Amino acid sequence: MNKNFILYAAILIFGLAAPFLFPAFKVQLSILCVLIVLATTWNIQGGEMGYNSFGNILFYGLGMYLCASVQVGMFFPLAEWTESGGEKTFVHTPTQFFQGMAFGLVVAAVVPTIVAGLIGYSILGLRGHYFAICTLGLGVAAGEISGGIEIIGAGQGFTTPPFPNVGSLEARGEFFYFLSFFTLVLTFIAVRSIYSTRFKLILNAIRDNEDKAEAMGIETMKYKIIGWMISAFFCGLAGGIMGGLVGYIDSTDVAFDGREMGVFMVLMAILGGKGTLWGPIIGATIFHIFKEGFWTFFLGWQYVALGVLIVVIVIYFPEGIMGWLREKYPERFGEVVDEKDRKAQVELK
Amino acid sequence: MDFLVFQYPMITLQACLDGILLGVLFALIAYGMALQWGVMNIINIAQGDLVILGGYIAYFMYLYGIHPAWGVIVAPVIMYFVGIAIYKLVINKVVDRDLFISILATFGISILFMQLMNFAFGADVVLANSGYGTTMLFDNNVVLPNSKIFSAFISIVFAVCLVIYMKKSKLGRAIRATAQNARAAKILGVDTEKVYAATFGINAALCGVAGALISITFTIHPYMGLPYTIRSFMIVIVAGLGNLPGVAMSGMGLGVFEEFADYILGTEFRIGSVFLLLVLILVYRRFKLSRKREYLK
Repeated sequence: MNKNFILYAAILIFGLAAPFLFPAFKVQLSILCVLIVLATTWNIQGGEMGYNSFGNILFYGLGMYLCASVQVGMFFPLAEWTESGGEKTFVHTPTQFFQGMAFGLVVAAVVPTIVAGLIGYSILGLRGHYFAICTLGLGVAAGEISGGIEIIGAGQGFTTPPFPNVGSLEARGEFFYFLSFFTLVLTFIAVRSIYSTRFKLILNAIRDNEDKAEAMGIETMKYKIIGWMISAFFCGLAGGIMGGLVGYIDSTDVAFDGREMGVFMVLMAILGGKGTLWGPIIGATIFHIFKEGFWTFFLGWQYVALGVLIVVIVIYFPEGIMGWLREKYPERFGEVVDEKDRKAQVELK
Repeated sequence: MDFLVFQYPMITLQACLDGILLGVLFALIAYGMALQWGVMNIINIAQGDLVILGGYIAYFMYLYGIHPAWGVIVAPVIMYFVGIAIYKLVINKVVDRDLFISILATFGISILFMQLMNFAFGADVVLANSGYGTTMLFDNNVVLPNSKIFSAFISIVFAVCLVIYMKKSKLGRAIRATAQNARAAKILGVDTEKVYAATFGINAALCGVAGALISITFTIHPYMGLPYTIRSFMIVIVAGLGNLPGVAMSGMGLGVFEEFADYILGTEFRIGSVFLLLVLILVYRRFKLSRKREYLK
């Protein structure tokens, strides 16, 4: 416990100091925070509950559009804003910007949660292939449909309000970094406290054998929906922040980007290790470093690398880094290992 | 929104005929999907990308001055070996694993193919002009390009050939035996590894045929694969595995649905409506099945 406390304190201090230590990487660090949030929340229903969804991108994109629309719509007519594209006919004052952002983030978190609750009952009844493909379809459908809606920019995209002039040039990066870091800390605390309750055991029971869990008297549907709603809450929040950070929303390339973000969150969680608390965090960090390196030095080949990476990870490391560590050092994970038993197993192999 | 479609019967007829001719093509792709799903229990997300790759083979023949219709012969031969290669490299490692692993692995292949095709062939929307004319029906009110009729005809020929092959040949019987019970088939001396490879190859070859036909009748683009995967998945779940007339019927139904969605909602919602239909079908199926489960309770 004491060791854990030191670890958390060190990470927190590092997180708070990071934008001043690496001022050039503020945007990258913010994106990293968002990626960790996405991977961690995907892990709630992908790793712990065993419902592998490609559709969390739905909540992410929904949050992104909602946050930006609220931020604009609170003060200016939305339709004229999108029509003017990037033209600066309407300018947010700092107060308006922050008020809009705060309110927008609340909406961006709450509405996807409600949506998840509403569609959860019909979709979480599907299993295996059907759930995965259904959520994949849901994500793509949302992208295609939002690309046809005029008021949020349709095909030409939607420019989010530019950051107001508050004196310092560094302010924008710092604001978004601390916003995303705060979200990350919030997510971590929430997920960690969820994982220490009976709720996590129920989710694991659903993953291991849903029919038996139901037979034991667990209302599986209720818990599945709650799990998905928690996921949706943080995905929406992350989407709202990302919208402001990127500054431009396009239906299929930024918001409902199943080919990038939708796959990333699955991949990060699997790379780190499904069904562990730290796995998605480690996975997201390594993945982000790899991705940025690759994106910078081999521009154009990134999707090829992504495709190869998915295949390699899925085939050769389905347990991820945490799974590998766990196999190697089971004592560290609180598993009691009988030395004789282990040797016998090694010989059997 | 005006529903001109319903007031003017010729448009309805046009949409129906277009949809049926399109649906035959979808059914061909879905047949390949049903085959590998039934035999290997794998959902291949890269299905649509194999289709597009087949289309590019026909397109390149067109560029080099050969009539693209010959692509119908050449594309499946090349795609068969592409399919075998994919099987040997990736699929044989995920056949017996968790369902999600195979979905994710084929998703990776799909992204890889998309991007490689984008590099190799460019991001332009292309079509291979077959030079076939059009057929006018009903006082020139209904216009059907001959290439569509040709493609529907060829798809039916291929499907019928394949069905006969599956019924009569030794490999076909081995494939059906493996689909019924892989372990029993193995005991009885069927080399399931070879059967799996052949199944995937045949599936890829079917995709190649369909792709060549699509490049003649419609357009192809490196990123257009996923909708074909989703369509074939949808057709298979509506028809059920191993129900060939069902695959043909639901393929045509989907084609007609798409044409009407195109007329009524507008072209920009066409792909979106396909994906939304998938979600609706799955949800409907879930409630139907859950009623059956209640019976057990």
